[in-house]
Amino acid sequence: MTTTLYDITLRISYRYESPAGANRTLLRMLPLTLGDQQLISGFVSAGPEPDFRRDGSDFFGNSTTEMAHDAPLSEIDFRFTGRVRRSAGAPPLDLSCGLGQLPDELSAIRSIGPASPHHFLGDSDRVRQDPDIAAFAHDLTHPGMSTLGAVLAVSRAVHAHMAFDPKATEVTTAPVEAFREKRGVCQDFSHITIAALRAVGIPAGYVSGFLRTTPPPGQKRLEGADAMHAWVQAWCGAELGWVQVDPTNDMMVGADHILVAIGRDYSDVAPVKGSLRSTGSHTTEHQVDVISVG
Amino acid sequence: MSDSAARSSPLDGLLEHYRPRPGVADELMQADGSLRAVWAPLIRQLARLSPEDLAQRTARADQYLKDAGVYYRQYTGTSSTERDWPLSHIPVAIGGEEWQQLSEGIVQRAELLERVMADLYGPGDLVSYGLLPAELVTRNPEWLRPVVGIHPRSGHFLHFLAFEIGRSPDGSWFVLGDRTQAPSGAGFALENRMATSRMFHDYFPTANVERLAGFFRGFRDAVNGLRGDSDGRAAILTPGQHTDTYFEHAYIARYLGFMLLESDDLRVERGSLMVSTVTGPQPVSVLWRRLDSRFSDPLELDESSALGTPGMVSALRSGAITMLNSLGSGVLEARALMAFLPRISQALTGETLKLPNIATWWCGQEQERAYVRENLDRMMIGPALSTRLPFELDASTVLGGSFRRTATQPVEDWLRKDAANLVGQEAVTLSTTPALIDGQLVPRPMVVRVFAARTPQGWTVMPGGYARIGRTEDPTALAMQKGGSVADVWIVGDGPVRTDSLSAQPTGPFVRRLPGLLPSRAADNLYWLGRYVERAEAQVRKLRAYHLRLEDEVLPLVEHLGDYITEFGTKVEDAVPYGLLDLFDAARGCAGKIRDRFSTDGWHALDDLSNTAHTLAAGSVTAGDDAARAMSVLLRKLAGFSGLVHENMFRDIGWRFLTMGRALERADNIASLLISFADRTAPPGSLDVAVEVGDSVMIHRRRYSVETNRNTVIDLLALDPDNPRSLICQTRLLREQEAALPRGAAGRQMSEFARHVLRLDTDLAVAVPEEITTARLTKMRKEIAAISDALTAQYLA
Repeated sequence: MTTTLYDITLRISYRYESPAGANRTLLRMLPLTLGDQQLISGFVSAGPEPDFRRDGSDFFGNSTTEMAHDAPLSEIDFRFTGRVRRSAGAPPLDLSCGLGQLPDELSAIRSIGPASPHHFLGDSDRVRQDPDIAAFAHDLTHPGMSTLGAVLAVSRAVHAHMAFDPKATEVTTAPVEAFREKRGVCQDFSHITIAALRAVGIPAGYVSGFLRTTPPPGQKRLEGADAMHAWVQAWCGAELGWVQVDPTNDMMVGADHILVAIGRDYSDVAPVKGSLRSTGSHTTEHQVDVISVG
Repeated sequence: MSDSAARSSPLDGLLEHYRPRPGVADELMQADGSLRAVWAPLIRQLARLSPEDLAQRTARADQYLKDAGVYYRQYTGTSSTERDWPLSHIPVAIGGEEWQQLSEGIVQRAELLERVMADLYGPGDLVSYGLLPAELVTRNPEWLRPVVGIHPRSGHFLHFLAFEIGRSPDGSWFVLGDRTQAPSGAGFALENRMATSRMFHDYFPTANVERLAGFFRGFRDAVNGLRGDSDGRAAILTPGQHTDTYFEHAYIARYLGFMLLESDDLRVERGSLMVSTVTGPQPVSVLWRRLDSRFSDPLELDESSALGTPGMVSALRSGAITMLNSLGSGVLEARALMAFLPRISQALTGETLKLPNIATWWCGQEQERAYVRENLDRMMIGPALSTRLPFELDASTVLGGSFRRTATQPVEDWLRKDAANLVGQEAVTLSTTPALIDGQLVPRPMVVRVFAARTPQGWTVMPGGYARIGRTEDPTALAMQKGGSVADVWIVGDGPVRTDSLSAQPTGPFVRRLPGLLPSRAADNLYWLGRYVERAEAQVRKLRAYHLRLEDEVLPLVEHLGDYITEFGTKVEDAVPYGLLDLFDAARGCAGKIRDRFSTDGWHALDDLSNTAHTLAAGSVTAGDDAARAMSVLLRKLAGFSGLVHENMFRDIGWRFLTMGRALERADNIASLLISFADRTAPPGSLDVAVEVGDSVMIHRRRYSVETNRNTVIDLLALDPDNPRSLICQTRLLREQEAALPRGAAGRQMSEFARHVLRLDTDLAVAVPEEITTARLTKMRKEIAAISDALTAQYLA
């Protein structure tokens, strides 16, 4: 078991060509506290200060902050600073059920609560069934293999199929477009993996979070450490439960990953959702620092 | 008896072609061909009418609907058009006792749906106890996770529901669909009632037909009661004029006295929902939502929605508003839910459903899937989570074992691969009811939409309904999809009923009436309606002046006039130019967005004006005298519209904005006219044009008894407060209206708008004609624009 302490800062800022009025924002920037991750201290803020603020949590248990700025703004930034303790053990034993048994395991789960895998199987706003991705997934899997085996195979295949390219896609790019272009960023890798897993009946969700900025000595720097990162959680039957994989880096999620929010796809976890009424264009800047402090 | 023989013969004539199909229930006739008692008086009444009389009566009903402006919007491909109301003139008669039973079933169903919704957005026990498969909830796009856990302020999720019901061959009623999202039709039912009560004006009062007003009064009072002690208003939230049922939204808003708002009118400030009005933001505390849940908040719900109000979910969460129905109520409309409701009813209440729903099998279950497969020939198979009614079929529906349109794969395959997303529903047979076609009664299939409203005393059911009548004789549900026509529903009692109207004593607790509010968007549309109409009138006058002079040889004056008109975006080459039509259309467009605040007569006058202009443009009007005559026709119609506005419109704040729009536009027109035609360099004859376009020929002659000269023209058109066309008359009008506007937050301090108006008015009051130079006039036009900007910033933004 390794335990690491991180000091994290995230800053997302917007500049508007013409001032934007009636600005209402919903933030999901505060990391979750789960079994192997604790938020020790942390604070979400905005500059300028909002005229209204309310902190809460959403359906999936993610921390939310609602803010409203009454006066028109030509620039605004949203910040999170905090300290998180992250621990990770050895990779899990494969206690997952066979892929062929997964439907029965799933229908035995009679719950619509936030942790229920049922939320993560159907279409969601950003991830819809696509025949090409489904065919891709079916080629990689068969009912006899273990569900975890199927998850890792899909994650590895997506990693192999895609080239990491920050210029190829935008935040609004549909997974199938990135899949055809064979390039994109962590959001695209994750959405494609989710679509593929759902196509073969594996409940799969989207996780947003951070990667440590500087790798431990002797290790390679991970892709996606410059901005917020994203990866995938997949349900592998009642016994094993949820497993997280990072298709962008072709690895199981470990002590270098810090979770912020979980949802069905990006639109459930977007760090900043806003309703800006601006006529001109705007620019965004995104800055992340994740420093290991012990 | 000779008496009976005399009566039976016209009856036979009327019913000569009325032959219900065997095996189908008929509303009018029993299986042996005899009339049902509840219909007999109505049919005898009909039989007494001569064909001419009957034709006159149906025409009377149609005329009523036309005059009332009842329409619906029909979408074909990319365009949409307003369509006349397709009334089937024979009401559907249902006996009072039968209705009583039916109502009990509806109330039971409404209460059950409330409990189901409370569970789906609360503990989720229905799924835990195995009464409902989890995936039918988690895959349902209308199950909105952000509102899970929100407890409605009123204590209830559902307040107004509709149910689509039909009658099966054994005579019993069943539900085809529950309408819980934002049900429409109640307003249209009211309009159908107005039309039939006119058609049967001499018979209806004694026909023992239950009145509808009590139901609406009870609901209105219940809605007002939901405001509680708050200062917030009750309002209806509509997606806007482009939705198919906008007419109904506007109609119901006016009928019940609620504000009609669009998402853009609303803002969430702190935790509260506020409407932007001409008196600043005002709280709204009860919202009757006619907009689908998913579109109502782009921040927490569908992020691509252009219709929503950011923060709406937050306002609901903080208990600032009661929403009718609460967000997420569309989850109850999914077809697959009906497969489970009978068991859910048993489990939750120990009761069987008094009013069953259409037999439904969810194919995600093995046994059910097998049953559907074995009975393909009497199944409609479609998407499990579709909220469409069973007869609203789409291309992917299987009917009787084959695909309706494109068969992409065998039905068997489809059932195997996509089972969890499919339901089978019994291909039901509907009852038939009389429709009047070419003077004859013929049987046509029908479904009836019935309405239920929550009041402090519990659910009440509207004693009537909105019937849809099939176009053909085919009694399967399929016949309903092509639309057909709609009919009134009469609940006929044994004894006389009391007449009723909305203005009877309120039923609920006393609620303080709040003065009316004018949303900024409505004020903006009224203001621009005023401007466009005035602008159109000015253009018509200029065009008339142009064409009157055209047949003289081409003078510099004609050219000058032509250039001047072109500057305003209207080509003079066409006798009735497009630029002019655009102005009429723009005026009509503004009025269309505020149908709830605009009289039917005013609307018709505007409609007529726009239609006349289009007809003239499409016709063979030629330049010169002919075109001048056409312009005179338009001017007379414009005067008619202005008369209506001036004489008939209630002088509320809305009227003031319309009036200010006209005054500002007129001021600008006069100033620009004087700049071009009273300038020292303008061609000879220009001053006469100014006086003519300024509609002041007579008064000039009377007042000055000389030829026009620059001073007389400037005096008359700019400085004479008694001339209703003069500049100063417009500034006086603006001052008067400004003084009558509510003060709002600014209090006693003079507003920017008032300051601008007063400055211009004072300038004009102290000026003498010689001082009103072209340069001065040019400056005044800038001031007029500044007045408009200030008014917009203060009241309309």
